[in-house]
Amino acid sequence: MADIQTHEYDVLIIGAGGAGLSAAVVAAAAGVKVGVVCKSLLGKAHTVMAEGGVAAAMANVDDRDSWRVHFADTMRGGQYLNNPRMAELHAQEAPDRVRELEKWGALFDRTPDGRILQRNFGGHAYPRLAHVGDRTGLEMIRTLQDHGIHSGMEVHMEVTCTRLLKDGNRCTGVFAYDREKGRFRVFKAGAVVLATGGVGRAYEINSNSWEYTGDGHVLAYDAGAELQDMEFLQFHPTGMVWPPSVRGILVTEGVRGEGGVLRNKDGKRFMFDNIPDNYKAQTASDEEEGWRYTQGDKRARRPPELLTRDHVARMINREVKEGRGSPHGGVFLDIAWIKPRVPGGAEHIRKKLPGMYHQFKELAELDITEMPMEIGPTTHYMMGGVRVDADSQMSSVPGLFAAGECGAGLHGANRLGGNSLSDLLVFGQRAGQFAVEYAKKNGRGKVSEDEVKKASEAALAPFSRSGGKGENAFQIQGELQKMMQAKVGIIRSPGEVQEAIGEIAQLKKRGQAVVVEGNREYNPGWHTALDLHNLLTVSEAIARAALERKESRGAQTREDAPGKDPEWGKVNLIVKKGDDGQMQIRREPIAPMRPDLKAIIEEIG
Amino acid sequence: MAGKKTTFEVYRGDAKGGARQSYETEVGEGMVVLDVLHQIQREQAPDLAIRWNCKAGKCGSCSAEVNGKPRLTCMTRCSSLDLDQPVRVEPMRTFPLIRDLVTDVSWNYEVKKKIKKFKPRAPDAPDGTWRMDQKDVERVQEFRKCIECFLCQDVCHVLRDHHKHAEFAGPRFFIYTAALEMHPLDSENDRLTDLRERDGLGYCNITKCCTDVCPEHITITDNGIIPLKERVVDDHWDPLTGLVNLVFGRPKG
Repeated sequence: MADIQTHEYDVLIIGAGGAGLSAAVVAAAAGVKVGVVCKSLLGKAHTVMAEGGVAAAMANVDDRDSWRVHFADTMRGGQYLNNPRMAELHAQEAPDRVRELEKWGALFDRTPDGRILQRNFGGHAYPRLAHVGDRTGLEMIRTLQDHGIHSGMEVHMEVTCTRLLKDGNRCTGVFAYDREKGRFRVFKAGAVVLATGGVGRAYEINSNSWEYTGDGHVLAYDAGAELQDMEFLQFHPTGMVWPPSVRGILVTEGVRGEGGVLRNKDGKRFMFDNIPDNYKAQTASDEEEGWRYTQGDKRARRPPELLTRDHVARMINREVKEGRGSPHGGVFLDIAWIKPRVPGGAEHIRKKLPGMYHQFKELAELDITEMPMEIGPTTHYMMGGVRVDADSQMSSVPGLFAAGECGAGLHGANRLGGNSLSDLLVFGQRAGQFAVEYAKKNGRGKVSEDEVKKASEAALAPFSRSGGKGENAFQIQGELQKMMQAKVGIIRSPGEVQEAIGEIAQLKKRGQAVVVEGNREYNPGWHTALDLHNLLTVSEAIARAALERKESRGAQTREDAPGKDPEWGKVNLIVKKGDDGQMQIRREPIAPMRPDLKAIIEEIG
Repeated sequence: MAGKKTTFEVYRGDAKGGARQSYETEVGEGMVVLDVLHQIQREQAPDLAIRWNCKAGKCGSCSAEVNGKPRLTCMTRCSSLDLDQPVRVEPMRTFPLIRDLVTDVSWNYEVKKKIKKFKPRAPDAPDGTWRMDQKDVERVQEFRKCIECFLCQDVCHVLRDHHKHAEFAGPRFFIYTAALEMHPLDSENDRLTDLRERDGLGYCNITKCCTDVCPEHITITDNGIIPLKERVVDDHWDPLTGLVNLVFGRPKG
C-alpha cells in the first residue's frame, strides 16, 4: 500500500490517558520501541477531568487503613462481581504507584507533617484519596506526560484507530487515520495495549468528551475478544443540570467529601431516608455525626451522601420522579452551609474546591460559597470492558492487552470514586510490563495486506456513497444518545430495553447510508461517521447485557426485579462476536475466591 | 426557550488561505461559544474543524480568538458578548493553521521536550519518601494548574508579532520552568543558563498580556517570569554569588 504510512513498534499503546501513559512509560523504560497513538493532543485525554483523587491505602491520615480494607471496600462496592485477584493487586500496588508519581514530580496536597494528604470519598472506609485540590487528574496526566516525553516513547497525536490487524489469532497491529490530513496509517507491533477509556458518548447526558465512543471496547470485540460486565454503566450522582448547555458536566464527589450535603426542594436531607442494609453499620445515624466524619473525627461514621454512587444516583432519581426535585430537574448539593462551621468560611471552600468554584461561577453564574448547586445523575463511567487476565491484562486475543476504563474486572457492578485513577496507574503499568514481555517473546508480527485494504475501504465508504438522501452522522449520533438515555438509563425495564435493541439495529442500517461532505482533512463529519460503528456496537452490548441480567445490583437497576438475586451474584455476563457476526451473550461462573481473600471479606465485611 | 438569532462569523480555510464565513444561528440560555460552533457544525457545516475535548475548561483544547481575544470557547458565555453585533471566531494567530479553527501547536511540544526534566533529590524521610510543607507545595501548584491551552503563547507579542519561535520559549514554558525550579524536591542546576541562552527569557518585557488571558488565572508574570528573571540575573551577573556558586555549588529552592 504505497499511500499508507507504516510504523513499527515492539509495543503499541492506543490511548494517552492515565492508563496509556502508565503503560508507555514502563514499556519505554524496559528498553523496547514504544509507540503511543492518541485521538487528541497529548495531555488532553479524559483523565484531566478526574477531580477527587486517587485511592491508595497509604494510611497517612488514618492508620487503621491498609490494603486489606481497601480490597474489602472495593469488593463490597462492586457487589462481589469484581475479579478478586484484580481487587487484591489494585489495593496492594496503588500506594507504590502514587509514590512513584511523586518521584516523577507530582505535587499532592500535604498533611500537617508533610506527607501526602488523603480525603474521604464514597464507599471508602477511611480517608484514602491522595489529591490536588479538585484537579487530581490533571496533575496525574501532566506528571506522566512530562516524565514520558523523556522516556523515548513516540507519540502520534490526533490519530484514530479503526481496526485491529491480526496474524492468525494474534493481534499484530492497527489500522488508523490521522485527523489533520485524513491519511491512513498502519502500525505493526509485537503487542498492542488498548487504553481508550469509556463509552459515555452513547448517552445524551454525560460527563465525557467526544472521544469516549467505546473505541477500545469495539476494536477488541471486532477482533474476537470477549467483553464482560457491559450492563454496569455508572451514572455519577452529581452532574450539572443547569444551564442546558452544561448539563452532565461533572461535579466532584469531593464536594460531599468536604461536607457537602444533598437536599430536596423542601430542604430535607433525603439520603437519610434509605440506607442499604450492608452499609447500615458504617453510616452516620444523624446529621451531626455525618458532619464530624467529614471533619476527620475517627469515631464518627460517614454521612449517607458518601454511600456508593449507584445508590446515591438512584435516590436522586427518586426524589426528582416523585416531585421533590429542584426547578431544573435535579436536587440541591449544598456546600455553602459549612461556612459558619469551618475556619475561613467561604475562603475554605474556595481553597478545597477551586475547580468547582470556578466551574459554577463561569458556567452557571453561581457562587457555591453562597448558594446550593443544582445537580443530577450523569453518565460517567463504564465498569464493563475487555475481559482480561488479572495479572497480565491480556485479553482472550493473544498479544492484545487492555487497561483502565476499557478493561473490566476490578470494579464489578459499581466502581468506587477514586478507584479509577488508581486502576489506571496499577493496571496501566501491568499491561505495559506484560506487553513488553509478550513482544520480546514473540517478536513483531505480520499484518495482512488484505485486511489493510478492507479497513481502508470501510473508512472511505462514507465518501463514496452517492449523495441524494444520505444520512447525517451527527443526526444519527444524536438520536442514539436520546434513545439510550430514555430506554437503557438508570432504571431499566425489559420492554424498553428490548425496544432499544430494535432501534439500535435500525440506526445501524441508517449508519450504513451516512454520506460525508467535504474532504478528508480535519473533517468532524467524517470522524463522527466512523465513530458511529463503535457507539452503536457498545450500545447494543449494554442493552443486551442489561436485558439478560434479571436483577438489580450495583449500577444495574431493573424495574421488574428490584432486588438482588443470589444466583445472579455467581456470574459475569460475557459478550462476544459470534461466527455469524451477531452478538452472543453468555453467563460465566465466577471462580471461587481464594480462601485468604475470603477471610478478609468475612473479617472486614 | 426562545433563542436569540445571532450572526457568527467563523473563519473557514487552511494554510493556503481562507475567510470568515457568516452563520445565522440561535443562541439559547447559558450557551457558550463552543456550543454555538457545535450547533453550526450539526446544522449547517458538518465539516467545520474544531478542536475540543472536555467542554469544562479543564483540558485546554478549544482555544481560539473570539472577537479578537484569545479565549477558551468552552468557557466563553455568549451572554458575555454583544449579540447584536456579529461574533467573530478565528483560529489562534500565533500558530500555523491546519483548518478552520484548528492550528498546529506541535511547536509547543518540541519546546517542552528540550527543557531539562524534573530531577528529585534523594528521599530524606525514614520511610523512603519526602516531607513537604503545604505552603511550599502551593507556590508550585499554582503553575501546575496550567491546562496547556497555549493562549498565553498566542497573545505574547514576541511570538505573535515578532515570530521569535526559534529563540523564545514563551510564557507557557517559563512557568513550566518556574514550576520545576521552585519544586521543593528538584535538584537540577542547569535550567537558568538555558533560560538565558536558549529560551530567550530576556525578550519578555513584562507586558502581562499572558496573565490577562490565562483561563486558570495563573499570575504568570509576577509569580513566574519575574522571579525567574531575578534568578537568571543573580546567577549570571552577580560576581559574589557567582564565586560562591562556583565554590559551593548553586543553591536551589
